[in-house]
Amino acid sequence: MNERHPMDKLLREDRIPHIWCSGCGLGTCLTAFITAIQESGIPLQKMCVVSGIGCTGRVAGYLNIDSFHTTHGRAIPFAAGLHLANPSLKVIVFSGDGDLIAIGGNHFIHSARRNLDITVVCVNNFNYGMTGGQGGPTTPIGCKSTTTPYGNFEFPFSIPYLAAASGASYVARWTALDTRRLTKSLGEALRKKGFSVVEIISPCPTLFGRLNRQGTGLDILRSYQKDTVIQHGADPSKVPIEKDGKIIVGKFVDIERPTFLDLVKERLGDKFEIPWEKFEREEAAVPSADE
Amino acid sequence: MQSDSGVLTGEHFLSGNEACAEGALAAGCRFFAGYPITPSTEVAEHLAERLPEVGGIFIQMEDEIASMNAILGAAWGGMKTMTATSGPGFSLMMENLGLGIMTETPCVLVNVQRGGPSTGLPTLVGQGDMMQARWGSHGPYEIIALSPSSPQEFFDLTIKAFNLSEQWRIPVLVMADEVVGHMTEKVTIPEPGAIQLTPRRTPRVPPEKYLPYEPDADLVPQMAIAGHGYRMHITGLTHDRKGYPVINEEAQGELVERLVQKIRKNRHKILEFQEEMCEDADVIVCSYGISARTSLLPIETAREEGIKVGLLKLVVVWPFPDERIDQLAGCVKGFVVPEINFGQISLEVERCAHGKAKVIQVPHAGGGIHNPDKVLEAIRRAAA
Amino acid sequence: MKEASIAEKPKYWRKPLDVDKLKMPRGKLHVIKERCKGCSFCVEYCPRDVLELSTEFNSKGYHFPLAAREEACVNCKLCEMLCPEFAIFSEEVETEVEKVAK
Repeated sequence: MNERHPMDKLLREDRIPHIWCSGCGLGTCLTAFITAIQESGIPLQKMCVVSGIGCTGRVAGYLNIDSFHTTHGRAIPFAAGLHLANPSLKVIVFSGDGDLIAIGGNHFIHSARRNLDITVVCVNNFNYGMTGGQGGPTTPIGCKSTTTPYGNFEFPFSIPYLAAASGASYVARWTALDTRRLTKSLGEALRKKGFSVVEIISPCPTLFGRLNRQGTGLDILRSYQKDTVIQHGADPSKVPIEKDGKIIVGKFVDIERPTFLDLVKERLGDKFEIPWEKFEREEAAVPSADE
Repeated sequence: MQSDSGVLTGEHFLSGNEACAEGALAAGCRFFAGYPITPSTEVAEHLAERLPEVGGIFIQMEDEIASMNAILGAAWGGMKTMTATSGPGFSLMMENLGLGIMTETPCVLVNVQRGGPSTGLPTLVGQGDMMQARWGSHGPYEIIALSPSSPQEFFDLTIKAFNLSEQWRIPVLVMADEVVGHMTEKVTIPEPGAIQLTPRRTPRVPPEKYLPYEPDADLVPQMAIAGHGYRMHITGLTHDRKGYPVINEEAQGELVERLVQKIRKNRHKILEFQEEMCEDADVIVCSYGISARTSLLPIETAREEGIKVGLLKLVVVWPFPDERIDQLAGCVKGFVVPEINFGQISLEVERCAHGKAKVIQVPHAGGGIHNPDKVLEAIRRAAA
Repeated sequence: MKEASIAEKPKYWRKPLDVDKLKMPRGKLHVIKERCKGCSFCVEYCPRDVLELSTEFNSKGYHFPLAAREEACVNCKLCEMLCPEFAIFSEEVETEVEKVAK
C-alpha cells in the first residue's frame, strides 16, 4: 500500500525509511522540525538546512529543501557563509552534540558571539552514535561509552550555558518526548532574529542507552517523563545534566540583541550601500518555484 | 573608479597582496572570509576596506577552517568567494578544500607561501607547499593551482582563478609567495569592459528536471544556488547524480572518476606556461613564482657565457604540463629547477622527462630568494 | 490508564452549557506498515489507548501498531508527532454532534 504521510512532500521519499535505529528519537525531532517549518509561514523555498557528520547530520539528506551535508563540525561556518551571501535565506543548522560542541565548539561560540541570524538545532544523545558510541563533550560524569569504559570522568558542557554565555539570543532545551512544546519552541527559534539554539535531548537506545543500561527507546522516553522538569527562564548556568538527575527543560533565554548584519548596517549604512538591500529588491525579480 | 563594478581602473603602485585583492574585486568577488596570517594578511585587510565599498561582505572568521567553510557556504548562496592564507592555515583548510572539490563548489584559495614547515618563517619567503597544493587533501582528486611572479601577475591570475573555478566548478588555488605578496610594483588595471569574466553555469532546466550532479558534455554539472526552489541535496559523501549519498563501489567509480577526468580531459584548456628563448635551448630553467623571476639574471649571464639556456615559467602549476616537459626533454641536455624548497616541482619535471634529460634541482630551505650564482652553477652543470 | 480515571466520574465534571452542541473530534488512523520499526512510542503515549502492537510483522520483522479501539481516537495527532518513522498519521473524520459526556 503506497500511503502518503502528510509530511511526505517535505521528505525525500525515496530515502524513507531512514537509517535511524528503532527507538531513536531523531525521527521524532525531524517530525517536530517539519511541523515547525510548515507552521512558521517562512517560504519553503528560502529555507536551507546545513548539517554536519553523525546520526543527526543525516537529517539534511531526508529534508526536501536545499540541504547541505558538510564536514564534521563545520556546519555552522558553512551556514554563516550561506546566510551572509543571501540574508533573505532562512538558514538552519541541524546537527548533533559531538559535531556542534566538540569539533564544532569554536564555531558554535563565535557564531553565537556574533549573533548571526541562524537557527541551530542541536540533538543531544550524549555520545557519538554514528561511529559506535564514543563519549563526547556532553556525556555526563559516570556514564559509560566506548571511550569511557570505566565511566566518564570529564565534566560535560551544558549546552544552554555555553550558548547563553556566548551571546545567543534564544536558548531552549526540550526532550524528544515533549513534542508539542518542542515544536512550538522550534517555531519561536525560527522566527527569532539572532542566533537561536534549541537543544533536544533524544534517546540513543542502540549505543548510549545500551552501554548505560537505559533500556529501549521507549524506556528512555519514560525516564524523560519521570525526570523532566520544566523551568522557563531558568538560569542557563544552573541546568546541568547529570547521570540519574533531573533534566531541566524550557525556554531559558529569549533576548533582543542586534545581529551581525544589524551592526554592519549600523556602522556602514551611511557610508555604503549594504548588500542585503540589493537582495531584498532583487527578490521580486526571481520567479518562485512551486512548493 | 566605478564602485559598482569594483574595478580600480588605472595605473597603480601596489603590493602583490593588494593587487590580489583588487583582482578579486575585478573578478566579481563579493565575499571574503579569512583569518589573519602573515604574509597574507594584507589581502584580508585590503578587502575589509574595499568590500563594503562595492556592496560585498567581509568577515574575519575564528580560524582558517571556518574561513574555508564560510567561502563554500557563500558560494552556494550565490556569490563569488575567496579566502587567503599561508602555510599553517593552508594545512588547516585541507579537509574542507576536499569538501569543495567533492561538492564542486567554485571558490578561490590564495596561499602566500612562507618558510616552513610548521610556524617556520612567518615573514619570509618559501615555496614549500607546492606538492601540498596538489595532494594536501585526502582521497584521489585533481586540482588547479596558479603561480604569480609579480604583483601584476597576481592581479591577473586572481581573475583567471575565479574564471577557472566557475568554468570547472572546482576550488582554484593561487600559490603565491611572500616576496610576490609584499613587493610593490606597477599594476595596470584595465576598464571593466576589457576584463573577461566567466559566469556561473546556472541550471538550464526547471527545478523538477534538475539533477545537481548530472554533467554536461564537458563533465561539469550545472550549479543551482540555494533559495531558488531547486531543493538540492549537497553532500561530501560519495553521491549519485541526484546528490544523494550512495555508499558503494559503483557510485564511487562514477563520481570520483568524473571529478578526476573533469580536469584531466580538459587539461589543455587549463594549462598555461610561458617560454622564453627555449627554441634553441640546450638547458631549460623550469620554475614558477618568484623563483622564475630570480632565474632571469642567471639565464642572462649564462647566455653571455655562450650557454643556450631558456626559461619555462609555469603559470598554471597544477595540472602540470607533462606533455611539454616530455617534448622539451627530447630536445635539451638538461632542466634546472630552482625552487624555494628541497625539490617538489622538480620531481614532476623528472617524472615527465622520462630520463631523456638531466634534471638538476636548485633547492633552498626558505627565508630568501635564490643566490643567482647557485642557479648559474646548476645551468653550467646541465649544459655540460 | 488502568482504572477508570477520576475524569470519567460524571459527578466531578462541570457540564458545559452548550454540551449538546459540542462535537467530539474523531480520527481515522493510517499506518504505513512497511515504515514502522516497532518502537511502540505511539502505543504507549496514545491518551485514549487506541493502539496496540499487531501480532503480524512487516517485511523487516517489526510489529506495527493497529487501531484496536479506533472509535476512541480523537485525532489528537500525538502518535503522528511522536512517531520517528513517518509511519502513522490520523485524519479528521466528520462526525455528528454527539453527547460528549453522559
